[in-house]
Amino acid sequence: MKITEKEFLAPGHRACAGCGEPIGVRLALKVLGENTIAVSPTGCLEVITSPYPETAWEIPWIHVAFENAGAVASGVEAALKSLGRKSNVVVFAGDGGTADIGFQSLSGAMERNHDIIYICIDNEAYMNTGVQRSGATPYGASTMTSPAGKKSFGEDKPKKNLPMIMVAHNVPYVATASISYPEDFMKKVKKASETEGSSYIHLHQPCTTGWGFDPSKTIELGRLAVETGAWILYEVENGDFKVTYRPAQRKPLIEYLKAQKRFKHLKEAEVAMLQDYVDRTCSEYGV
Amino acid sequence: MVLKIATANRAVAEAAKLSNVNVIPVYPITPATSIAEYLAKFVADGEMDAEYVRVESEHSAMSVAIGASSTGARVFTATSSQGLALMHEVLFIAAGMRAPIVMANANRALSAPLSIWNDQQDSISERDSGWIQIYAENAQEALDFVIQSYRITEHPEVLLPAMVCLDGFILTHTVEPVDVPEKEVVSDFVSTYKPANAILDPENPMSIGTFTDPNYYMEARHDMYNAMINSKNIIRNVNKEFGEIFGREYDFVENYRCDDAEIIIVAMGSVCGTVKDVIDEIRREGEKVGLLKLRVFRPFPTDEINAVVKNADKIAVLDKNVSFDIGGALYNEIKAKLDVDAYGFIIGLGGRDVTPEHIRKIVKETKKPEKDVQWIGLREEEI
Amino acid sequence: MTSTGAVVKKPGSTRNTKTGSWRTFKPIIDMDKCIDCENCYLFCPEGCINKEYEIDYDYCKGCGICATECPVKAVKMERE
Ligand SMILES: Cc1ncc(C[n+]2csc(CCOP(=O)(O)OP(=O)(O)O)c2C)c(N)n1
Ligand code: SF4
Ligand code: SF4
Ligand SMILES: [Mg+2]
Repeated sequence: MKITEKEFLAPGHRACAGCGEPIGVRLALKVLGENTIAVSPTGCLEVITSPYPETAWEIPWIHVAFENAGAVASGVEAALKSLGRKSNVVVFAGDGGTADIGFQSLSGAMERNHDIIYICIDNEAYMNTGVQRSGATPYGASTMTSPAGKKSFGEDKPKKNLPMIMVAHNVPYVATASISYPEDFMKKVKKASETEGSSYIHLHQPCTTGWGFDPSKTIELGRLAVETGAWILYEVENGDFKVTYRPAQRKPLIEYLKAQKRFKHLKEAEVAMLQDYVDRTCSEYGV
Repeated sequence: MVLKIATANRAVAEAAKLSNVNVIPVYPITPATSIAEYLAKFVADGEMDAEYVRVESEHSAMSVAIGASSTGARVFTATSSQGLALMHEVLFIAAGMRAPIVMANANRALSAPLSIWNDQQDSISERDSGWIQIYAENAQEALDFVIQSYRITEHPEVLLPAMVCLDGFILTHTVEPVDVPEKEVVSDFVSTYKPANAILDPENPMSIGTFTDPNYYMEARHDMYNAMINSKNIIRNVNKEFGEIFGREYDFVENYRCDDAEIIIVAMGSVCGTVKDVIDEIRREGEKVGLLKLRVFRPFPTDEINAVVKNADKIAVLDKNVSFDIGGALYNEIKAKLDVDAYGFIIGLGGRDVTPEHIRKIVKETKKPEKDVQWIGLREEEI
Repeated sequence: MTSTGAVVKKPGSTRNTKTGSWRTFKPIIDMDKCIDCENCYLFCPEGCINKEYEIDYDYCKGCGICATECPVKAVKMERE
């Protein structure tokens, strides 16, 4: 796929070394190009890219609050329409800003089918505030508010299935992606940009600080998630479901788990339970 | 000009239609609902060329408004009470981002207990949000203030959003004759929106809504403080120009028979109608009583109030809101800013009627005050 | 000072902050080994490796993703 050499997110941003968020944003913007307006809710991305009086953004960008990116993007799109202007409108939102507090405004925006691309950059917890669980935190992960302990094995509920909830909204284009599969991700961004109406891409993003792994392993972790079936890459185009990448041979989940501090506490039986959960999900999705 | 028989809700919807509004994100709530309905119908009938965004909450209404305003659109929305309270977070952001949004607020009590009826607790509770607040006495003022607000908020020296407050039901649902100006004249007066500060435009990329550390936050708030002060001049000038074109001029305050008054009642909104009637009666009985009607609550017109009340013996301040333990907001602000002998009266909460007898009682109590703050109109029997 | 709305009108101005000072390990690319796969270019969180595989050390935080993702081990991490 041909992408521009131009960078639309400048270096000097304040992300942790090895952060996956700017990788996702860089790749998406290389597809969308300069005629794009970006919206972010409060979260790591907003904080690391907009330290007044500096900004990392080379394109117009707006942040309003934590729970309203869907609505802010709706407003941007409505304004463009009313003024007869044309630009891509893209949201880069965290999983908390999408699955939890921002869920209502996302639902409203998607239901109204605004011509926007909503990219949830999912690092599976509230990282900006120091790693608290979100609705997207996976089964068994220890976070500051779902800590492992004598009576707890960490997060006790499976991850909220945001992409399928978006499918249930009849969003014309829904996809999952991973920063570790750039070709796949960028193709999906392209499709999203060509979609009339809303599109939703749920981008899996390993976080070195929150998950507990060496910063050099960010891409490796994302790959492990997909190779073990903990994260599945698919798209749903006007209701048609298609897996876009199928690991030839799924790796045992433990390889993914043991590479991260947040799963370190898991006992054998718990790992087996998680493996069972992943197996069932994979067979449901045909992976 | 066309004379219409309209409620204040209809009047503000007409004003939005006349003001070249681009985007209308709005969510229904009693007693503001019919504003949302009129605007939907205007758009549906092609009378208004605007994007009507059927948002899923007031929080989203204000968020859409900020997104649209930041993209260069002129925005109008309307709400009330619980809706305004739900917007609370984003009201501060709209002002902090200097988005010139205009909103009508149908004044209604806040829960609990749940009440759909009028008082002004909702907008008064947002007095520190950075919004200009203008209170209408009737439907005509409501219409005129919406039109004026676009000129005020969009002025480069202001860039603060404006809230036009209408007393729920009393104004929002009562029909009155209203002069609806010609579209072309209003169009000329408000022209089209040209963003003076920030705009989301790929031709000139900016970052709006940045993260600000202690080195810069205070300056941003200080700018807003100055902008609110500057807005006084702009409001004055816009009023004047409006008067020349439309034949109706408004000041920050209205002086109703205050010049020789010994007791001056200070009030905002629709209750002023009742107060004026009672003053006429009392004056016939030989007592020197006047009314200072406050139109603009933010910015706070200290000098304009002072000029009217400075020679009065006593001031009675009517508040349709309460700050627990210390009385109403307007009373406290007048006490804080002016060297006057003022007494506070809490009236009309949750739609409690404010009768001529109540106003007479307030005048009586003010002559021989027993307490700083009194509640007027409470039921006498146990409930 | 006025800062109306704390808007930043200088796109890409985080370039004023040289995050290279965060680095303890420095990636060095051996161009003789490089097979032009673009991995390091695509995966750099700072976007500071260009398509000629020149690294902008003003901003490289030394995360080491490039070294991990290089299929031919052409990127070495050297202590500063
Ligand atoms: C209304 C509100 N509640 C809470 C917060 C505090 N807060 C800011 S960012 C954040 C978490 C962000 O998590 P996520 O959306 O997953 O983004 P991430 O930082 O992980 O990229 C929280 C809880 C806030 N800013 N506003
Ligand atoms: S905490 Fe995680 S998501 Fe946030 S900047 Fe650091 S690595 Fe990135
Ligand atoms: S990852 Fe290695 S092989 Fe690929 S471009 Fe970079 S240095 Fe060359
Ligand atoms: Mg997160």
